[in-house]
Amino acid sequence: MAEAACPPLELAGRHFQSRLLLGTSRYPDPQTMLDALDASGAEIVTVSIRRIDLSGASGESILELLPLGRVALLPNTAGCQTARDAILTAQLAREALGTSWIKLEVIGDDRTLFPDVEHTLRAAEELIADDFDVFAYTNDDPVTCRKLAGMGCAAVMPLGAPIGSGAGLRNPYNLRIIRELIPDTPLIIDAGIGTASDAALAMELGADGVLLNTAVAEAERPVQMARAMRLAIEAGLLARSAGRIPERLYARASSPMAGLMGT
Amino acid sequence: MQTITPIRINGQDRETSGGTLTAVLREMGFDPSRHGIAVARNGAVVPRQRWPETRVAEGDELDVIGAMQGG
Repeated sequence: MAEAACPPLELAGRHFQSRLLLGTSRYPDPQTMLDALDASGAEIVTVSIRRIDLSGASGESILELLPLGRVALLPNTAGCQTARDAILTAQLAREALGTSWIKLEVIGDDRTLFPDVEHTLRAAEELIADDFDVFAYTNDDPVTCRKLAGMGCAAVMPLGAPIGSGAGLRNPYNLRIIRELIPDTPLIIDAGIGTASDAALAMELGADGVLLNTAVAEAERPVQMARAMRLAIEAGLLARSAGRIPERLYARASSPMAGLMGT
Repeated sequence: MQTITPIRINGQDRETSGGTLTAVLREMGFDPSRHGIAVARNGAVVPRQRWPETRVAEGDELDVIGAMQGG
């Protein structure tokens, strides 16, 4: 029954049962990362693209660690500050990993890690023209999100709050508006998730999926939190499609009034 | 006499014997057959199949990248 109520998520022509996209950074150790990945049910994981240590001391590659038969890789352009750097990073990722998927992230401010919208839009346009499937991390600005959807991004990914902040969804109104403005493009809430209720709320507001990392990796018990996120995302999606009751200002008794003593 | 070809690789100045990109990668300690790595030369990706024919020139800037943990 749950399967019928949770349709698969389609991203760039591929179908996924899980709606959780999980980052691979900041776990206490590699085994905890793998256990959390299992518990989360995630079928898409993000990785970064970095220069390889010349001394050869960088150790085990993340590619040797991940169950690549079971999870799709979504490389990111994290840390890039210009469209030019992000585009080169995407091209290197495609060459290294054999995927046209790219999580486009162009940072405009070191302290907040807020995206640089101008460079994000420019890079998205060039990458789409170069046949990339662009998953665009962006501000929770409805107009920017509509532009990204309009140019053909595989997914539009507004932030809930600054990366790694765990501050939850700071502007649920905008997220609802974004959903209404881009009904036909996958909408993934990326960044700012702190705990399970944030992820559930993201889904209730209309998101198609949630991308998170720190909330699981730096939880006291990451594997437990990974499972909590999985359940929350499923719960949020079910609640949305179940059709919630309208909010009322005043009470409305649940029990019948007929036969009440003293009347 | 062996020629010395100074290059910049992953942000560090190095001296190499020059030659092809495959040879320079090997000289710098990278296994060119390793999966999951990619190379940019002077800001442009060099596809793996072109490494054996790409000549590295003095002053070239190489970036050798791979996938790491990320969010």
